[in-house]
Amino acid sequence: MYFEEAEAKELLRQAGIPVPPGEVCRDAEAVAAVVGRLGRCAVKAQVPAGKRGKAGGIRLVDNAEQARAAAEAILGMEIAGYRVGRVLVEQCASIAQELYAAVLTDVESRAPVVLFSTAGGMDIEEIATERPQSIVRVPADIARGVERARVRSALQAAALDEDLDAVTDVLVRLYELYARTDAELAEINPLARLHGGGLLALDCKLTLDDAALFRQTELAGRGAREKLTELERRGRELGLKYIELPGNVGVLANGAGLTMTTMDVIEHCGGAPANFLEIGGDAYTKAEGALGLVLANPRVKSVIVNFCGAFARTDVMAQGVVQAWETLKPRLPVFFSVHGTGEEEAVELIRQRLKMEPYDRMEDAVRAAVEAAK
Amino acid sequence: MIVRAADRVVVQGMTGRQGSFWTEKMLAYGTRIVAGVNPKRAGDTQCGVPVFATVRDAAQKLGGIDVSVMFIPPAAALSAAEDAVAAGVRLLVVLTEHIPAHDVMRMHALAAAAGCRIVGPNTAGLVTPGEAFVGIMPAFNPRVFRPGKIGVISRSGSLGTLICLNLVDAGYGQSAFIGIGGDPMLGTTVTDALRALEADERTAAIVLVGEIGGTMEEAAADTIAMMRKPVVSFIAGRASPPGKKMGHAGAIVMGSRGSHSSKRRALESAGVRVVDTPAAVAEALPGRGGL
Repeated sequence: MYFEEAEAKELLRQAGIPVPPGEVCRDAEAVAAVVGRLGRCAVKAQVPAGKRGKAGGIRLVDNAEQARAAAEAILGMEIAGYRVGRVLVEQCASIAQELYAAVLTDVESRAPVVLFSTAGGMDIEEIATERPQSIVRVPADIARGVERARVRSALQAAALDEDLDAVTDVLVRLYELYARTDAELAEINPLARLHGGGLLALDCKLTLDDAALFRQTELAGRGAREKLTELERRGRELGLKYIELPGNVGVLANGAGLTMTTMDVIEHCGGAPANFLEIGGDAYTKAEGALGLVLANPRVKSVIVNFCGAFARTDVMAQGVVQAWETLKPRLPVFFSVHGTGEEEAVELIRQRLKMEPYDRMEDAVRAAVEAAK
Repeated sequence: MIVRAADRVVVQGMTGRQGSFWTEKMLAYGTRIVAGVNPKRAGDTQCGVPVFATVRDAAQKLGGIDVSVMFIPPAAALSAAEDAVAAGVRLLVVLTEHIPAHDVMRMHALAAAAGCRIVGPNTAGLVTPGEAFVGIMPAFNPRVFRPGKIGVISRSGSLGTLICLNLVDAGYGQSAFIGIGGDPMLGTTVTDALRALEADERTAAIVLVGEIGGTMEEAAADTIAMMRKPVVSFIAGRASPPGKKMGHAGAIVMGSRGSHSSKRRALESAGVRVVDTPAAVAEALPGRGGL
């Protein structure tokens, strides 16, 4: 789950990390009022996506008149497919240096890592390419957290002078925020060193582990919803992972690996998949609704049903498919490949109720579906 | 991580619907299940096996436990793993999908400190055809598994099943199936599984069923280059769009990281035959049908 800047900054503020004075506004007059009070400000579009500046979603303003113009330009604008409904208006600071600070889950080491660089402002991939020697990495222990002394000594080489302790504080607090919120990534970029001393978090990116939302109930309501198509939204309501794709061969398979493979073989045979949809795990009982979802896509010209039962029982899945087919009576060709747990019952069911013969080899079923969609 | 008939196995969450279904399948196959665990059902017997409140209780009463397999929901997985590790279990098979990542990291850290190997999370389990299996694979289906000399490593259960079925169809059998799991942070990596199969006397050739996401396949290239046994690989996800999680939490391409082409390049440079379809796996193995 992704958090928009304003929400992420509120969490930083609560964690004791300094953020600029500012307010969230939904109309031009409110923006003008804030600028009247705070002086020179940044007006920033609030959408759950990066690269807002490049899209024209961030403007600097000095007075109420400019504030209104900026607000009118930004509010209602579309960035990365999201319509801007609110802006964060923040007082500008006098920046001496831009730093990078983050805590993230490092998949390779299976542990959290604290990252810091004096090359703030660029994204971390750019820093890693252009200024790799500027990156400080401090591995953390998920059970014990991160040691302040270790962070401080790792920062010694960064020439932070009188700000060394303040940056250490920010990193330790950012780690605490990461740990407390089940975050995948908590990133401050840039973390500004100010003329005259002090630090300010100018932008913040926070993503939470979706698997932990059940115990982050308060935060779950504050995050941004993933952008979904109408069919993807219906999939989510059914408790299914559905991803809409540009092709015309509808896919229904069980298990992530088998579903991806079905898509691969479709492409290998010269076709294009219309969707990713898997009913693995406990979702194998949802075949009926899942097939309805596949068929609801108007681009679909043929359907491949590819089941390979391990945990998922193919007889239960076939039952669902047969029911959906009999209810919806689609006039589309469907091709089956069914193997593994429950195979005999599943094949018999498909023969009797749909008068169809499953293919013995998955590749042959997919090839037939691709041909039928042409 | 090759499960043997002599291994003493505990099933955590045995009394649940799935736990009891698969416990019966495992027992019927020959897996030596010595105990089940459910804190609310201690003292009961299920599937002919005594139920204990904790793995520690089972170990104390019955002596050493080799393997524990967890049929446990995500929110309770960490404490179940803590119990198994504290009981001195050597191998912990974590079937659970969608465990919070912070819990997964804790699980790996405490297992590593205790010298316990985790397989998973989100694995379909381990099969040694003709001997034993732990997990949720159709080991008992003779069209999918039969004793042989091919070691199979798979991130996915469903695709692993298809590959095994194709192998049997083509006249091969398996020495071991190692389901390493679809999560991004796994206790047993591709490299770990390759090393185990390279050392296994019954394995003559290896099939690696990978998928997009992460860098495990790339990281294994150096190990493969040093191995004696031939490796054939199919990598799922070539047709998947970048930036989307394809069902498995680990199956996501970010930039060029974790892409199909990156994995294919790394494996081919190590001498692996990477094929385009599951059916082509058997065709690419040396000594057709003779293994």
